[in-house]
Amino acid sequence: MHKRLEPETGQSSARLMIRRFRRHRLAVVGLVVVVLMVLMAALAPLLAPDDPNRIFDKFESSPSGEHLLGTDSVGRDVLSRLIYGARVSMSVGVGAVVVYVVIGVLLGLLAGYYGGWVDQVLMRITDVFMSFPYFMVILILVSVLGPSLLTIIVVIGALAWPMIGRLVRGSVLSIKGSDYVQAAVALGYRTPRILFRHILPNALSPIVVNATFGVAQAIILESGLSFLGMGVRPPAASWGNMLSEAQSITVLSSQPWIWIPPGLMILLAVLAINFVGDGLRDSMESRSES
Amino acid sequence: MSVTPPVTASTLLRVDGLRTEFTTDQGPITPVDGVGFTVAAGETLCLVGESGSGKSVSALSIMGLLAGNGRITEGSVMFEGQDLAGLPEPELRRIRGHAIAMIFQEPMTSLNPVLTIGDQLAETMILHLGLTKAEARQRAIELLEKVGIPRAGAVVDDHPHRLSGGMRQRVMIAMALSCRPKLIIADEPTTALDVTIQAQILRLMRELSAETGTATIFITHDLGVVAEMADRVAVMYAGQVVEETDVYTLFDQPKHPYTVALLRSIPHITTPAGDRLTPISGSVPSLLHLPTGCRFRERCPHAMDRCTTELPALRPLGEGEGTHSVRCWLYDETGTAVSV
Repeated sequence: MHKRLEPETGQSSARLMIRRFRRHRLAVVGLVVVVLMVLMAALAPLLAPDDPNRIFDKFESSPSGEHLLGTDSVGRDVLSRLIYGARVSMSVGVGAVVVYVVIGVLLGLLAGYYGGWVDQVLMRITDVFMSFPYFMVILILVSVLGPSLLTIIVVIGALAWPMIGRLVRGSVLSIKGSDYVQAAVALGYRTPRILFRHILPNALSPIVVNATFGVAQAIILESGLSFLGMGVRPPAASWGNMLSEAQSITVLSSQPWIWIPPGLMILLAVLAINFVGDGLRDSMESRSES
Repeated sequence: MSVTPPVTASTLLRVDGLRTEFTTDQGPITPVDGVGFTVAAGETLCLVGESGSGKSVSALSIMGLLAGNGRITEGSVMFEGQDLAGLPEPELRRIRGHAIAMIFQEPMTSLNPVLTIGDQLAETMILHLGLTKAEARQRAIELLEKVGIPRAGAVVDDHPHRLSGGMRQRVMIAMALSCRPKLIIADEPTTALDVTIQAQILRLMRELSAETGTATIFITHDLGVVAEMADRVAVMYAGQVVEETDVYTLFDQPKHPYTVALLRSIPHITTPAGDRLTPISGSVPSLLHLPTGCRFRERCPHAMDRCTTELPALRPLGEGEGTHSVRCWLYDETGTAVSV
């Protein structure tokens, strides 16, 4: 089934898409940044100069040859923590999006294809989920379930699917009336095959674009939660909880090396991913013209 | 309602008294109400009629492909001794695309844009015939060659947007033939194509059905296509078959006033340049306001009192031969005109 989720686009249309994407300068830069960040996360043990949790004697020391970005208020190497923090952001971003895309796609397919009461029920549930004060519910759920990386992924994933659900439902509604879906039914194909092989690949572009922006949003959410102490728990490093050191006035005013780098990393990651999303949207838009 | 058409040993499909109802906002409508015909193995039956006469709905009813608000309320669709009208969905699925295949009107949109031609052809054969991927691909290439697609070995990996309408319709024909069906239902397969391509596709379909022995139900509104393709013809009007016979009899000795009028309204090569065609006065009745009695009576030059009160049945003419059936009060059982 997961194999089917991949776009089975032809050489020609895929090549066309890549050409359009490459014309989008910012998107290409964004993609490079994203790739670098993913590499940084994956290769963190090799790249980090120190163990991110090792406590040195000198705390709150400013950047020096020994600690390129200085040490934090406990005496840990900021650069090492920054590099390890990428792991958290990347896994939350990708993990949460995978969870909610799977939920949203399944529900959207069912609602759009079957219509009638199935659609009614699923869409009313969607409405309910969309009317939650999002951040509050996440805060409450995280505090009930206990803050951890996995909790954040699951909670964001479980709450953020309505957008994708509606998107997919809308696409399915228009695609299911198409001649080739009628033809697939007339060829004796079963409903799951029609849904996943004949309808879903044709609805993929908006899903991919939406999911890309979703990664950026999930990263922001994780940072916010960690900043509030409801996210990834120290000593594990995340950009959000590194940023929370800025809650202290002394750190904020006189030790910028502790909080500016993680802040910049969040900004950079979110910006880069959003540029990629823009590029994908522009290059995929007219793909179905074929 | 109608007399059961004769069953011969070679009868493949026998549709009898078919009635299909749709629920709409304005109440129930029955776009098909009294459709009966037989198709013998290897034979081509043309279902001919105006738009809205129920041709396509009849075809979809046979395949069990009615939309959610439609259902067969009366009649039977006997295919190889099985009544398709009462068959549960999983069993219908096994027949669709396998024993009965369909070709649609719009070749431009009937192929999935994201799958290659080969994938789409192979999928059917893997599903219904249990071929392996490699076997299916090999056969897909053979089928593409058979329907006259040049460079079949390359086209098999192309996406549909690379092909013209005529080529795509050839692919659809290849797909319909892929599982060696006993019956192909072609719903106006050439309407969307320009005339020269139309002729090519018709010739291809005729050749292939002769070669494979596949029976065909060919839906069309074009009497020229009927003359070209049909062994037998069923003429439909307002959801009913009004006349069924072999193609020669239809053109030489049409019986139903509607058929007669239809044939008069088409230009003929011998028609003198100054002559006007004879149109049929009035228009097709709305399905929501069908006239009582005979549905054609308001436009019929021969309408009698009886036509207003009683709906004629589709009755075989002649001495039980049953090769020519008409739904009209003008004829008695022997096919002679009733004196008015």
